[in-house]
Amino acid sequence: MVATHHYLILAAALFTIGVIGVLTRRNILVILMSIELMMNAVNINLIAFSNHLQQVTGQIFAIFVITVAAAEAAVGLGIVIAMFKNKETMNINEIDLMKW
Amino acid sequence: MNFLDYIWLIPLFPAIGFVVNGLIGKRISKTAVGVIASGAVLISFIFALGAVLQLIGLEEGARSHVVKLYEWINAGPALLKSGEVGRFVVNWSYMLDPLSAVMVLVVTGIGFLIHVYSTGYMHEEDGFYRFFAYLNLFMFSMLTLILGSNYLMMFIGWEGVGLCSYLLIGYYFTKRSAGDAAKKAFVVNRIGDWGLSIGIMLIFVWFGSLEFTVVGERIREGVMAGQFHVSDPVFITIALALFVGATGKSAQIPLFVWLPDAMEGPTPVSALIHAATMVTAGVYMVARSNWIYQLAPQAMLVVAIVGALTAFFAATIGIVQNDIKRVLAYSTVSQLGYMFLALGVGAFAAGIFHLMTHAFFKALLFLGSGSVIHAMHHEQDMRKMGALRKKIPTTFWTMAVGTLAIAGTPGLAGFFSKDEILWKAFSSNQGHVVLWLIGAAVAGMTAFYMFRLLFMTFYGESRVDPHVEHHIHESPRSMTVPLIVLAIGSILAGYIGFPLWLGGTNAFEHWLEPVFEPLPIPVAPPVEYSHLAEAGMAALSVAIAFAGFFLAYTTYYKKSDRAERTAARFRGLYRALLNKWYVDEIYDALFVNRAKDTGVGLWRFDARIVDGTVNGTAWTTIRSALGSNWWDRWIVDGLVRFVGGFIKTSSWPIRLIETGYTQNYALVMILGVLIFIGYVLWGTP
Repeated sequence: MVATHHYLILAAALFTIGVIGVLTRRNILVILMSIELMMNAVNINLIAFSNHLQQVTGQIFAIFVITVAAAEAAVGLGIVIAMFKNKETMNINEIDLMKW
Repeated sequence: MNFLDYIWLIPLFPAIGFVVNGLIGKRISKTAVGVIASGAVLISFIFALGAVLQLIGLEEGARSHVVKLYEWINAGPALLKSGEVGRFVVNWSYMLDPLSAVMVLVVTGIGFLIHVYSTGYMHEEDGFYRFFAYLNLFMFSMLTLILGSNYLMMFIGWEGVGLCSYLLIGYYFTKRSAGDAAKKAFVVNRIGDWGLSIGIMLIFVWFGSLEFTVVGERIREGVMAGQFHVSDPVFITIALALFVGATGKSAQIPLFVWLPDAMEGPTPVSALIHAATMVTAGVYMVARSNWIYQLAPQAMLVVAIVGALTAFFAATIGIVQNDIKRVLAYSTVSQLGYMFLALGVGAFAAGIFHLMTHAFFKALLFLGSGSVIHAMHHEQDMRKMGALRKKIPTTFWTMAVGTLAIAGTPGLAGFFSKDEILWKAFSSNQGHVVLWLIGAAVAGMTAFYMFRLLFMTFYGESRVDPHVEHHIHESPRSMTVPLIVLAIGSILAGYIGFPLWLGGTNAFEHWLEPVFEPLPIPVAPPVEYSHLAEAGMAALSVAIAFAGFFLAYTTYYKKSDRAERTAARFRGLYRALLNKWYVDEIYDALFVNRAKDTGVGLWRFDARIVDGTVNGTAWTTIRSALGSNWWDRWIVDGLVRFVGGFIKTSSWPIRLIETGYTQNYALVMILGVLIFIGYVLWGTP
């Protein structure tokens, strides 16, 4: 029997993997994928609690998150392509316009 | 063919000649240029002759023919002095009346001969075509001057001949003296033209028209209606203004100085323009305006006195000149003085008569001197001539005729006209015995300097440069034939004015009567003199002329050192005469140098004050710009840089946080989130 806390542990693990990916990888595409990972961890949480509380709200919320994630991916990839055209690099450390 | 209706063609032929020669003359042969130029004038002469013959055929009272080509100027209304509102209307129209008939025959006839002569004389010159183009342009202008039916047409011609005179005096423009002489002629003539234009404007304002016939008619009507009075200041002003123009064009005191210098031009030009035709334009103009002068006896007195004085002074200068052309130039000035003396005493016909005879013998003398100069290879100094009689016989004989004519030898042209003038100067109402005395003295001097010229040039021992001597040759036929024709004219021209006291009819004076008809003003009855008195006076003037001849004969024909002795005894006078009474120097000191000083003064003003202001403004602008630049750079920019620099420096520690690494920011964010979560989980009690 898979209990609710199993789901939560899986989601936490996935989220942690995502955070570590975002913080450590240098390739922008990989960072984006890590963000997707984090978002899907959140979705698992939402579904788990929906099932746990026997309320459909969480599932609907999850569908919204997937929708937003799709939009985010489109915009994010667009920005990445524009960046690449200008800088000809995928390395996040070379994109440092904010530096003083 | 009705020549009278085609008088407008007379000036047109030379104009065509001018255009043709001026445009393509450089590309066609010299013969063609000469034929075109002379032919144009010949056709004009034929047309003029035809028209004059038909004019003679008209009734005596109707001998005035106006051909209106078109309305030239039709300007707006103008308020006249009479109170009426007139219109300034000027027609481009030509008029042939007895006066212009005389002039047109003289101009085209003598002009043609001089054109033919020029084809020979100018043959070796550069710019042959240019010379003939100018000469034809001159003929066009001169014919417009004398055939124009109103003052404005006359003025056009007047300015045109002035231009041609300028161009032809400066023909040898590479010679500085020629250029200077041309400029002098032009400037001096402008002074006269100023007077003439004032006169013309006054005529329009007072009489409402510029047509000769209309003005004459208005004056006649005005006098009859009692509107116009003799000695009215207005008429004196108009008459004097016109006379100022005449003194410029006809080289009278005080504006005669340009004519002697005009001898820098080629000799045919001197003959045509500066002896026979153009310089007589002033005489023509005054004679044409005779009604105005009749109303202004004071102005006539001025004309007579100026004429007499000019005749006298020019003759005195002519006595001592050594340049053959200069002698003739001063002679011309002197003879023009005679003509004005005649006009001034009211003998308009006598003035025109002398104009005509003078045109013959002075053209002859100038062309003769040109022939001498041609033979002598451009030597003009009579002291380097002598004994040319045998070498150039045709020139000698024709010049001898001219000399006899101008000296007033009985039977030749000059005698009749000069005697007429002297008699009128003595006998007419405006005449005076002093005027006669001056005239007679001038007659004596004329005979003296002309025979001096003849003897120095053709008689005595040869003083010719040996290099030149064996080159001396008679001029070609194109030059000698005009000389012969003019010599015949100089003998015969006087007979058309054969005087009454010799049993003649004085046809010339009779011919001009309609033009010089006296105004219906009361005049004192002229003193009646018998023909015997007239004959006596004529004999006296001939005797004086003979005395002049005799003096010249004994001084220059016989070997004599009298000339040198006299010159030595009256050294001061001799030097004054040789230097032309220092008139040029006086004018230089009074006017020319003053004008130059004014110019220099204005230049200084320009260079110092105007330029100084401009440069000062520029200097001030540069200095203030430099100051402004310093202020901008150090104060304004300094403030901006200081603010920027201050912020940059003071923000240094905070700036270190901004690494620019996205992941740093993400890390900080996650740490913040973790702290927040920690606070929620464990921080709250």
